[in-house]
Amino acid sequence: MTYLAKPKLHHPSLTRNAVGYTRRDYEGKVSTLCAGCGHDSISAAIVQACWELDVEPHRVAKLSGIGCSSKTPDYFLGQSHGFNTVHGRMPSVLTGANLANRDLLYMGVSGDGDSASIGIGQLVHVIRRGVAMVYIVENNGVYGLTKGQFSATADAGSVSKKGIKNADEPINLAALALQLGATYVARGFSGDKQQLVPLIKGAIRHRGAAFIDVISPCVAFNNHAGSTKSYEYVREHNEVVNRLDVIPCKSEITVQYPEGSVVDVEQHDGSVLRLRKLAADYEPTDRIAALNHVLAHEARGEVATGLLFVDAGAGDLHEHLNTVATPFNRLGARELCPGSAILDRINASMR
Amino acid sequence: MRATDIRDPDYFHKVVDCQWACPAHTPVPEYIRLIAAGRYADAYMVNWKSNVFPGILGRTCDRPCEPACRRGRVEENNGDKPEPVAICRLKRVAADLKGDVSERMPLPAKARNGKRVACVGAGPASLTVARDLAPLGYAVTVFEADAKGGGFMRTQVPRFRLPEPVIDEEVGYILDLGVDFRGGTRIESMKQLLTQGWDAVFVGSGAPRGRDLDIPGRAEAAAHIHIGIDWLASVYFGHVTKVGKRVIVLGGGNTAMDCCRSSRRLGGDEVKVIVRSGFEEMKASPWEKEDAMHEGIPILDFRVPKAFIHDNGKLIGMTFEKVRAEYDAKGRRKLVPTGEGDEFHACDEVLIAVGQENAFPWIERDCGIDFDEWGMPVVDTATHQSSRPDVLFGGDAAFGPKNIIWAVAHGHEAAVSIDKMLSGEDTHVRPLPAVQVMSQKMGIHEWSYDNEVSLEERRKVPWAPQERTLKDIKLEVELGFDAATAYKETQRCLNCDVQTVFAPKLCIECDACVDICPVDCLTMTPNGEEAELRTRLTAPAVNATQALYVSEALATARVMVKDEDVCLHCGLCAERCPTGAWDMQKYLLETTKAGPACRSKAAPAPAPVEAVA
Repeated sequence: MTYLAKPKLHHPSLTRNAVGYTRRDYEGKVSTLCAGCGHDSISAAIVQACWELDVEPHRVAKLSGIGCSSKTPDYFLGQSHGFNTVHGRMPSVLTGANLANRDLLYMGVSGDGDSASIGIGQLVHVIRRGVAMVYIVENNGVYGLTKGQFSATADAGSVSKKGIKNADEPINLAALALQLGATYVARGFSGDKQQLVPLIKGAIRHRGAAFIDVISPCVAFNNHAGSTKSYEYVREHNEVVNRLDVIPCKSEITVQYPEGSVVDVEQHDGSVLRLRKLAADYEPTDRIAALNHVLAHEARGEVATGLLFVDAGAGDLHEHLNTVATPFNRLGARELCPGSAILDRINASMR
Repeated sequence: MRATDIRDPDYFHKVVDCQWACPAHTPVPEYIRLIAAGRYADAYMVNWKSNVFPGILGRTCDRPCEPACRRGRVEENNGDKPEPVAICRLKRVAADLKGDVSERMPLPAKARNGKRVACVGAGPASLTVARDLAPLGYAVTVFEADAKGGGFMRTQVPRFRLPEPVIDEEVGYILDLGVDFRGGTRIESMKQLLTQGWDAVFVGSGAPRGRDLDIPGRAEAAAHIHIGIDWLASVYFGHVTKVGKRVIVLGGGNTAMDCCRSSRRLGGDEVKVIVRSGFEEMKASPWEKEDAMHEGIPILDFRVPKAFIHDNGKLIGMTFEKVRAEYDAKGRRKLVPTGEGDEFHACDEVLIAVGQENAFPWIERDCGIDFDEWGMPVVDTATHQSSRPDVLFGGDAAFGPKNIIWAVAHGHEAAVSIDKMLSGEDTHVRPLPAVQVMSQKMGIHEWSYDNEVSLEERRKVPWAPQERTLKDIKLEVELGFDAATAYKETQRCLNCDVQTVFAPKLCIECDACVDICPVDCLTMTPNGEEAELRTRLTAPAVNATQALYVSEALATARVMVKDEDVCLHCGLCAERCPTGAWDMQKYLLETTKAGPACRSKAAPAPAPVEAVA
């Protein structure tokens, strides 16, 4: 079995972004996941989002745990920093890295096993603390690497490929993130990149804990009749609350929509999240309403997708801890190790 | 848009740009793969079936395939200059390295079918007719004014481009099929020929008359002024062995290039090509112009010849008016004097290569063959029949000067017409091509073709050292690729005949193919009108000459759209497809030649009536 690298030849019209890269420059190695895996679409969406936002690849750290999902950082942003942690421990490594160098863009990529089972303790705390990051869960409802057992996000009543009905209640990751205080919560579907790319772009531009639950069908073990995470099921039960456009700068807003049909949310960096309402009366800045909406749809067997909640004025972990503005790698030895006299003074102040 | 009908044989044929562009529709990627596999004789035979003269064409073809080659589109912005695959060079490699292929050639017919066909002229068109018909049992007689067969290929194309043994070999393969070759026999009267009871007469006598230039001084200095194609023939026959030191060649076609390069080898130290049109519009192939300039021959453009200047009949030079091109609203070019005053170029001899004309003084106008106002026979472009259905025309004789590969294509079509006509069939019903479609899938990531896309750049063919080639008019300049270089060049071929075939019913719309496609040529989108659809694909489909492959509606009512323009045929869409909705299928198309396949099934073949002694 051979895996060919994607040929370097490209479309003649391929263009460069403001930092001089083509979209192809944001790709990684060729995927070794099963053909048709939703995760590959998510990788492609990340590539597209980073290219569109002129992200400099060397200013990105991508971190992951263990699982099919956690292999994917090898398949995008081949020129960025990467860290593949032990199972379920990506959030704490990400937190540490973020504390040491607050200038990078942190992208945590995980799956439903890594985040909702073994790593759920880490997940809840990284969100609570408001670590500035883009946390993407590639959620397929099964353990693909071990041949398709139900994961903790599989819906009760859904049927495995072998015909067994799931009796356990699912963890609703979007609802969990809402409850834990994430300041940007979205849900996407790997089969709809037009929706997913803006959601990722919005998350990249968000300062604070941005969490995206992406339903990502497992073609090998969870794409059959009776599954609630198959391409077909999600397409039929997808209830899109809004369509997002990420507009880099407020002055660039040209298209006007009728009153009441659009919500503009200005972020701390001046970019604007423009939400075109699809569900009437959906209010993406109301956390409790969002939680209700998500859970109500879940109860009906529907999947609410879109930008579910955003708090553009939120602060992050650094603000909460009042840390130094300069990343450690740019501080000198004197600042990092001020000497025993300072230590003595600190110790004395605590007696 | 309506869903693409891939059952139409033309649809996938057009995707194989090189094969579609080749007048004889040679299955180019197929023979390139055979060369890559070291199967040179097989590659040669694939060529031989289609274009009859692989060794000759591998050196002299006008290469319509190469400007069409997809590689020349997708390399854009990747290398300095997009370059097509060196298809013609590879053809020569197959011919050079094939070894002995005589065993593979068809045998002369065991029995004759009683039908007699005369071919006038032994150029590529007539020889193709003979090759296609003789093995079927037709008694084919080829009349040729010169002693040997080959026509223009032998007498006008210089030996430093095309060595004589190559011609002897490939003409020989045809004459060995039991063809009656009558060398040294010029047909002087069509009427007389028609009295001999031929079942069909094929005229492949070329465009043998070089155009002259009637300007002041032409008659007075005639001793030093020659018609290019006649002069080249004289060089071939050894009547001309030297030329003046300063030579002007008039004209911008390949004959002009052959004249100037021949002059360089016969004592012309100062040879110039002077042409009316601009350098870019010259008819000569770009590589022929390059070769001439490489041999120190300047090409001066936008100069209209005004007069031959002579001193009592001794040519001393020529004057030219300098012009520039102006285009009217309809885009028609007009050459307008620049007003700079005439330019004088001193010279000892002038070769006029400003075009060729057809000449049929030997066809009486009352023998049932209609001619048009320009003195050209009225010929059906599909059947090649004249107004007398048993007289057919092909090659330069049919529609004016073209080149060898067109003559071959005409020969095949004329042979089909003759075979159908003499089987009592309607010649206007043309046979469909033979098409084989075969999946290349061998495993999840394995294909029976090499789908890795090479980043190799096109290589230059090595030349014999110039200090030797300019001294010996018979020494071939181009040496051809060696096997190792040829292999690298084969890898540049994108296997455009391995088609992406889509089965919409199997598609689950997972986007895997769209994501992996290196050239962004796939899109799943709501359907629309073509012009509008082309603008909203993953990458805009700007090349309107290349088709969009549109599927039937998918489950979400969207359609799969593929822009054929830039597809690398790498098969990654099929590799990443979880359901096998994409498959890579080799599409081997062969035009139907004369023989049972070109006739309708009901019609009986001409019965063998006469055993060959």
